[in-house]
Amino acid sequence: MQFMLLFSRQGKLRLQKWYVPLCDKEKKKITRELVQTVLARKPKMCSFLEWRDLKIVYKRYASLYFCCAIEDQDNELITLEIIHRYVELLDKYFGSVCELDIIFNFEKAYFILDEFLLGGEAQETSKKNVLKAIEQADLLQEVTQECQTPPFTMKMNI
Amino acid sequence: MALKIVKGSIDRMFDKNLQDLVRGIRNHKEDEAKYISTCIDEIKQELKQDNIAVKANAVCKLTYLQMLGYDVSWAAFNIVEVMSSSKFTYKRIGYLAASQCFHESTDVIMLTTNQIRKDLSSPNQYDTGVALTGLSCFVTPDLARDLANDIMTLMSHTKPYIRKKAVLIMYKVFLKYPESLRPAFPRLKEKLEDPDPGVQSAAVNVICELARRNPKNYLSLAPLFFKLMTSSTNNWVLIKIIKLFGALTPLEPRLGKKLIEPLTNLIHSTSAMSLLYECVNTVYIDVNTPPLPSLSLSLCLYLSLPPQLCVQKLRILIEDSDQNLKYLGLLAMSKILKTHPKSVQSHKDLILQCLDDKDESIRLRALDLLYGMVSKKNLMEIVKKLMLHVDKAEGTTYRDELLTKIIDICSQSNYQYITNFEWYISILVELTRLEGTRHGHLIASQMLDVAIRVKAIRGFAVAQMATLLDNAHLLTGNMQRMGICEVLYAAAWICGEFSEHLENPMQTLEAMLRPKVATLPGHIQAVYVQNAAKLFATVLKSQEGNTDSTAAQETSQLMIDRLPLFVQSANLEVQERASCILQLVKYIQKLQQKDVEVAEEVSALFAGELNPVAPKAQKKVPVPEGLDLDSWINEPPSESESEDEQPKAIFAKEEPKHSRPRREEVDEKELAKRREARKQEQANNPFYIKASPSSQKVYQEAPGVEHIPVVQIDLSVPLKVPGLPMSDQYVKLEEERRQKERAEKKKKEKKKRKEKRSGRGKKHDSGPESEEDITPAHQVDIVTEEMPEWSIITSYIFIKTKSYCVTVHVCSSRPLADSEKLPVRSHRAAEAPKSPTEDGDATSQEPKKKSSKEKREKKKDKDRDRKVRISTGLFLCLLGNHSHLILVSSGLPGINKCIQKSKLVFCFLPLTKVYDIQGNLQDGSQVVVSVIFENKCDSFLKSMEFNVLDSLNSKLQRPEGSGPHDGLTVPFQLPPGVSNEARFVFTVQSIIMPQKLKGTLTFIVKNEDSSTHEKLDFKLHFTCTSYLITTPCYSDAFAKLLESGDLKCSSVRLEGVNMPFHHLLARICFHHHFSVVERIDSCASMYSRSIQGHHVCLLVKTVSIDAKCDEPTLLGNVLDEIKQTFSQC
Repeated sequence: MQFMLLFSRQGKLRLQKWYVPLCDKEKKKITRELVQTVLARKPKMCSFLEWRDLKIVYKRYASLYFCCAIEDQDNELITLEIIHRYVELLDKYFGSVCELDIIFNFEKAYFILDEFLLGGEAQETSKKNVLKAIEQADLLQEVTQECQTPPFTMKMNI
Repeated sequence: MALKIVKGSIDRMFDKNLQDLVRGIRNHKEDEAKYISTCIDEIKQELKQDNIAVKANAVCKLTYLQMLGYDVSWAAFNIVEVMSSSKFTYKRIGYLAASQCFHESTDVIMLTTNQIRKDLSSPNQYDTGVALTGLSCFVTPDLARDLANDIMTLMSHTKPYIRKKAVLIMYKVFLKYPESLRPAFPRLKEKLEDPDPGVQSAAVNVICELARRNPKNYLSLAPLFFKLMTSSTNNWVLIKIIKLFGALTPLEPRLGKKLIEPLTNLIHSTSAMSLLYECVNTVYIDVNTPPLPSLSLSLCLYLSLPPQLCVQKLRILIEDSDQNLKYLGLLAMSKILKTHPKSVQSHKDLILQCLDDKDESIRLRALDLLYGMVSKKNLMEIVKKLMLHVDKAEGTTYRDELLTKIIDICSQSNYQYITNFEWYISILVELTRLEGTRHGHLIASQMLDVAIRVKAIRGFAVAQMATLLDNAHLLTGNMQRMGICEVLYAAAWICGEFSEHLENPMQTLEAMLRPKVATLPGHIQAVYVQNAAKLFATVLKSQEGNTDSTAAQETSQLMIDRLPLFVQSANLEVQERASCILQLVKYIQKLQQKDVEVAEEVSALFAGELNPVAPKAQKKVPVPEGLDLDSWINEPPSESESEDEQPKAIFAKEEPKHSRPRREEVDEKELAKRREARKQEQANNPFYIKASPSSQKVYQEAPGVEHIPVVQIDLSVPLKVPGLPMSDQYVKLEEERRQKERAEKKKKEKKKRKEKRSGRGKKHDSGPESEEDITPAHQVDIVTEEMPEWSIITSYIFIKTKSYCVTVHVCSSRPLADSEKLPVRSHRAAEAPKSPTEDGDATSQEPKKKSSKEKREKKKDKDRDRKVRISTGLFLCLLGNHSHLILVSSGLPGINKCIQKSKLVFCFLPLTKVYDIQGNLQDGSQVVVSVIFENKCDSFLKSMEFNVLDSLNSKLQRPEGSGPHDGLTVPFQLPPGVSNEARFVFTVQSIIMPQKLKGTLTFIVKNEDSSTHEKLDFKLHFTCTSYLITTPCYSDAFAKLLESGDLKCSSVRLEGVNMPFHHLLARICFHHHFSVVERIDSCASMYSRSIQGHHVCLLVKTVSIDAKCDEPTLLGNVLDEIKQTFSQC
């Protein structure tokens, strides 16, 4: 996978993850072009399109478009599966996820994505494992956060 | 201190966190940019504080702003600070920001190496994990090199969570730092059998990606993967493994046999569409794609899987209600079509159904498939369906796509599938009714092509085009339809060119001269005007046969009345043609009034038939020696670009080597094979052999053109073009025709069978109608191999023009001072310098004169010795310092009278090849010698043969098959007083020395009573100057050239030259093909370039010339020649 974009129906970018090194200018250009192309498609159309020398796989969940770019030899259906899997993960984590969850907790959305995909390849196919890893990392974060809050809470913790 | 901390945390309470920022942005929809710029200012303040929590918060906000498209590269260092925090919360944010914002050119990345190394070896697995994740996004070659070892160690970490990440990131490291692949590979292989499925799947992933780039090195892993494939139930892993086998099997065909069973099982059993799709896709397609294009056999053959199985499965996909599956099914189908057209063709019904789909992308896929599915049998049917869709289609893009597809389908491989061209013409005419299409020119070119190449159809085509012209107002009715009016271009041309087929040329002529035509685009009007003239000629011819001459005069009057409209046109071409033709017609009218018959002469203006030229005609043009079409014109792209493919190089160093010789080997065998195949194809191709008279007859018997009524148009009904036959009719007609043919064939076969039965009693079933049985109704002129003689001439003309280009170039780029008296500049030049006094005024001609005189003297002596030989005495030599000119010499005393008067003029031009003109002068090794033969005697000269004794360095280019001593026949004869020009190409290897070539010209002198065989000796002198080409050079490039130090130095003094400096420069420019780079007072730098790319630089002062060149010998000779020029003035 070359990159993944999340954008709203209004064309606002909500998340972007690039697995190929590109300069910011090029990234912006690609994003603008793709958002336009995908938004212009009619709702009943299939989820794939050929774009430059890449294949674009996208799917709309509520008001959000999830859009992935893959190479010619990659499997479109499994990419669709990846998108779906990611949405499920978000759903489990936030508890019936909505666009606002992703906007306000965008760093969490990235953390989940990073646990699921690494370098553009699926690293963990088990949903349970991904969520476990995230939960434990979050726990760790909370612990450290509590460490630096005033001493009396620390005492309470102990 | 404590106070400071407290103060910091109180401040923090008022800081915005990410949520506040997001909310703020949402609340400031109107002035978002302004709000964000204040936020960025705040963030800058926050980043200045010592508190890491504040910094992390700021970085988190920045990451969000980066996504919105704001530049945050200025905060790169702060991101590194946050990354190096010991607290996981901040570290996590830091790494996230880095992975979003950093790229290879971010310079602070090199500061992170140690921090990342520390995190990688952290006892906390989540620290390590976060570092690995971040690294995967911004790994650079330096980081990869420095950290490869650390990551490799992590591959054997105790926690599968880390192992899995380490394995995956190794792939990124391999890409950036290919040297790491070899040491890491054994460990990577180990991971294939890792107890944790996640790690295992990661290893499969990485190896599959690597193998896609270079499958050869992973063959040894096949057994392991085979085991995985049969044991694994994880579809993600299976898909990767199948992909891997798709890459491996072509290298090891034995693998195929083993794979049949598990693959077939998978295809039958799996419920996961993604896996099924992968199986089908890989098995049939991947093999054909690079890196193994030479193995065009599909995996299917190795696997001996019936393609029907896959196609059946695909059919299920296409029939599915899910648009995605439908699309992918069609996509895969179109790939299978390339290798197994037969098995796909049986699903035509399904594909046609997809044309009705709501989704445009699916319809387009289906269209692509149809292109490959047509045959002679079903073409008409498919196109009929498509025409229905054209009518229904809403969007213009889709309709245009349909239109181009229809034309593509019909015209593919030389109209191979069209059996009835009347049908095709009417399809084209129907397509012209499309509103707002952009493809008018496409339809037009098809009309032209068919009308020119299918002779039998011309009558029909002309009738159709005439109707189109008559109804032109329908096509041009509103401005939106302007695209389609291109069709009128074709219509007008066809009606004009083949006007003999017109039923009512007068009517068409009138249609072409309507005032409304003036609203058409200029290029179409021009064609109208020109073809009106052609029609006029035809009309005159038919009218002059009649006794009544008024009709013809009326026609002329019509032209004279209507043409002035075009004479006023703003378009130059229209204007020019119209005024020409108008004058012509006026003249004709005058003649007509004197009762002179003019029709013959007028139609002679447009006489002659157009002949098609083979697409391969260019092949017959010999590639000039020394021109290597495979060599790079520019430097090939450097290796640095292919750096990311370097893993390939590590394991497959041999690969690039074998590719070259192998290609050559394939070439020869392949060529023979292809030739054989082509012959076979031609034998089977009904279009190739002259159609048998019977098929033509069948066509004429069929109720054809006569039945189609050409009705007068009713102007009130503009929507359809009336009077045009519907293409549908032809479908029926064609059916009938085929049936008839079939019946005839059956009859014949019956007869045969009867005969056979009576003879041997052997049964022979005709079976269903096969492709080959359908004979076309018309024959297409397809010139594939043979080429008419004249096309060679055309190519010759091409060469000629090129050399003229050079002449023009030289002349135009170097205007001469007025005072400079030009020597004769045309090759026709040249009064023979019979006596030195004759052209004493033309100073520049002197050297030529002198040298020729000297030589003549010598020659004279020789000739006196050998008086027996009649023909000597005339010699020619060529002086380079007269640029591409000329040397003339003529007969000497005491020699045969007629030769005494004959005169030869030699003209010399360097030939620059096509790419030379484009500015690449390397490798030029050809010169063209242009010779003007002028016959000054009273006799007829013929059978002239031109021959030159080749030297080692310079060779006359002779046609293939002739020996090295054969002469070249001059392709013309010379009546008395006539001159003509011939050109001869010489191949010159080294251009650094001047050359002299001896040659002879033999010819037959024919008098009224007798003819004698004569011979002339001559010499050709190739000077070094003549190899130079005036090339402009900018002063900075010039300075660079001089600084480069590659050039050798030399100088010459000009003594006794007293002419103005600018004359001196002009003289060097003109005679020696230099161009002035820069001039400062009485000092100038000049530049020229040889046809082989040597640079020659001069620094000219009034008394001396300093020169530099990368070839000292060439320089010496050029300087000698320059000196000679000036010593003689």
